[in-house]
Amino acid sequence: MSAAHERRGARGRGPFHGRDRTRHWGRGHPTSEGPTSGARPGDAPAGPLVRPYTITKGRTRPPTEGGRLDMITIVMAVGDHDGRPQDPERQEILDLCRRPISVAEVSARLDIPLTVVRVLLGDLIAQGDVRTRADTPMTKLPEKKVLQAVLDGIRRL
Amino acid sequence: MASADSENRPDAQEAIPQAVKIIVAGGFGAGKTTLVGAVSEITPLSTEEVMTEAGYGVDDLSGVESKSTTTVALDFGRITIDQDVVLYLFGTPGQDRFWFMWDELAEGALGAVVLADTRRLDTCFHAVDFFERREVPFVVAVNRFDGATSYETEEVREALDVPAHVPVLMSDARQRASAKEVLVRLVTHVIEGRRPALSG
Repeated sequence: MSAAHERRGARGRGPFHGRDRTRHWGRGHPTSEGPTSGARPGDAPAGPLVRPYTITKGRTRPPTEGGRLDMITIVMAVGDHDGRPQDPERQEILDLCRRPISVAEVSARLDIPLTVVRVLLGDLIAQGDVRTRADTPMTKLPEKKVLQAVLDGIRRL
Repeated sequence: MASADSENRPDAQEAIPQAVKIIVAGGFGAGKTTLVGAVSEITPLSTEEVMTEAGYGVDDLSGVESKSTTTVALDFGRITIDQDVVLYLFGTPGQDRFWFMWDELAEGALGAVVLADTRRLDTCFHAVDFFERREVPFVVAVNRFDGATSYETEEVREALDVPAHVPVLMSDARQRASAKEVLVRLVTHVIEGRRPALSG
């Protein structure tokens, strides 16, 4: 540990106060955009209606090794999935993925925890219904030209 | 590459943009979600991670009823840069017992904004330490709060003990122009930091 860390620490590590969100996952997740799909006005945020890992049959990891799904991995439905019977959660994901969308956004909009979304998306990728971008794993830092594009894009805001 | 078949489809498919992320860190109430909301094209969304006490990546949840579960919420926003690049801004979870989420957030992040609240400067020590250790480039944005004593950025730099090359700037997270300026400073700082490595 560097001297800087110690000095900073010596001033007292302030408590990291945070929002107390002990509530379980359930319907009617109050995002700032209003209730997500599945919630009706008057739905009380009762406890979990479905335990998170029930819909993944207890799995907490996606089926495929390698192509790890980061929170910001962009996923997209492969056009020809219509007609293949899906369970409701997978169908909802496919509907959202008609346009490119990040894993985190799928999770937020469907109010399904990230870990669960990763497993379901992993299934959909394995069966060829959803694809991801081929290159640039998320662990790699962005290239210079991407950084420049980001800078230009922020300046345009 | 042993990746899924889905990655090797013909180019006829619509191109999928690349996503990059910036982390917005700081103590509770420092204005993280406010800053994200000031520049995001969508109203900030909240995603949740459900963890068992046994930790991240537990494979078998049989017998989970004996373990407690914890929910971590992450607020984020989005800026579509162009057809090929989408920028996500993630606020860090407040409680320090959620450090495992910081690790995941920091992985591959372009950089970070540490929001300093001059009323409680110590609440961002953790964030400064974390990004220094992980070598994630960051800027310190000193949020102006009504009623807070006015500080010079150099006083804040000294109090936080951040080196001279790290930008420290005043900001107002509620103002889009100010939030924009913070992000411009960060990305500029990141590009400048890359330059020596790229020329070699």
